Amino acid sequence: MNKVVKNAKEAIVGMENGQIFMLGGFGLSGIPENTINALVESGLTDLTCISNNAGVDDFGLGLLLKKHQIKKMISSYVGENKEFERQLLEGELEVDLIPQGTLAERIRAGGSGIPAFFVPAGYGTEVAEGKEVREFNGKMHLLEHGLTADFAIVKAWKGDTMGNLIYRHTANNFNQPMAMAGKITVAEVEELVPAGELDPAQIHTPGIFVQRIFQGVDYEKRIEFETTKQ
Amino acid sequence: MSLDKNGIAKRIAQELKDGYYVNLGIGIPTLVANFVPDGMEVILQSENGLLGIGPFPEKGKADADLINAGKQTVTTIPGSSFFDSSLSFAMIRGGHVDLTVLGAFEVTDKGDISSWKIPGKMVKGMGGAMDLVAAAKNIIVATTHTDRNGNPKLVKECKLPLTGVRCVTKIVSDLAVIEVTDQGFKLLERAPGVEVQEIIDKTGAPLIVEGEIPEMNL
Repeated sequence: MNKVVKNAKEAIVGMENGQIFMLGGFGLSGIPENTINALVESGLTDLTCISNNAGVDDFGLGLLLKKHQIKKMISSYVGENKEFERQLLEGELEVDLIPQGTLAERIRAGGSGIPAFFVPAGYGTEVAEGKEVREFNGKMHLLEHGLTADFAIVKAWKGDTMGNLIYRHTANNFNQPMAMAGKITVAEVEELVPAGELDPAQIHTPGIFVQRIFQGVDYEKRIEFETTKQ
Repeated sequence: MSLDKNGIAKRIAQELKDGYYVNLGIGIPTLVANFVPDGMEVILQSENGLLGIGPFPEKGKADADLINAGKQTVTTIPGSSFFDSSLSFAMIRGGHVDLTVLGAFEVTDKGDISSWKIPGKMVKGMGGAMDLVAAAKNIIVATTHTDRNGNPKLVKECKLPLTGVRCVTKIVSDLAVIEVTDQGFKLLERAPGVEVQEIIDKTGAPLIVEGEIPEMNL
């Protein structure tokens, strides 16, 4: 079994206009830089992107936004991207804002074969509009649905040729649940090793969830707010 | 005199208890970490996947893979752990976090909160705020008592889109500590030198004032 593809360009083969994508990362931490850049180059349009954030104006998903390749974003927080806010306020972009924990759980559920579940987040707010409400243990909950995607695109620290993945520190974030929720999951890693080299006890994402893997190049790993001791 | 941001954070730090797991929101709440009393162990949870946030890194030691929910570079403390976003919110939703501190645009005397959206003007998203307020047992709002134009932020009804309903337990502002009770806002403490009447005047809902109101002990 060999899931290795050469590079990002080969990893995006079969991706089409109008498809649904999940992209891992929190802010700019743990985003699949190589694959995003390949998507920008591909010129694919009308994409629906499920991602906690939307990058910044000149990095990450902001690059796809700038070229108007995204039709709809499903996110929890998009505050760091002015172009995003502009497109949203002017009606150029469809946006579904979802509470972060609900978003993470919808993705985890989607990848786990759980079609729907109840959570308290958003009850009594505009997030509840059109959703079934039910009381459990004296508390009101909303029915939320699992999410899947045509392609899930994740970034890991280390991976092996069988698709096993290990994330580093807080760069795990949405990558781990998203890896489970793609019909095809593409993983880009900083270090790709032969099967057998990673300690099975340390694997975050077992290889069964991953269909394509490659070692990325030229990681910028940009820091959004570098904060150090005064 | 009204408190500055650090004063508000310092007062909130008095709500901490040894062994608490705490989630601090962006802004004033983050400052609470600077005032954890000596000898008290408080573990800070960051919803992007870190339990045990440490201080900001030394210059030159910032790591792009190690950030807090405000996307600032941080460090870890001994005994910290990393996890994915769904597990992070399992901690929050499951009621394992003891205290949440967050900012707000408005809070009502029923404990409703608006904090995430100004229609037509600012649409940043709710991030984890809706999950936190819907699940945490103890939610303290850190805020100025009035907005930039002098309008009360403690009100009877939120004008802005809600983040959650009947969830805020306490408010620490630059003027006062106020508890949200079944009967409404109840004044517990006032900032040093601030008169009760000023707090009543700047609160946009009835305020229960019982007996002498002590000054905050900072």
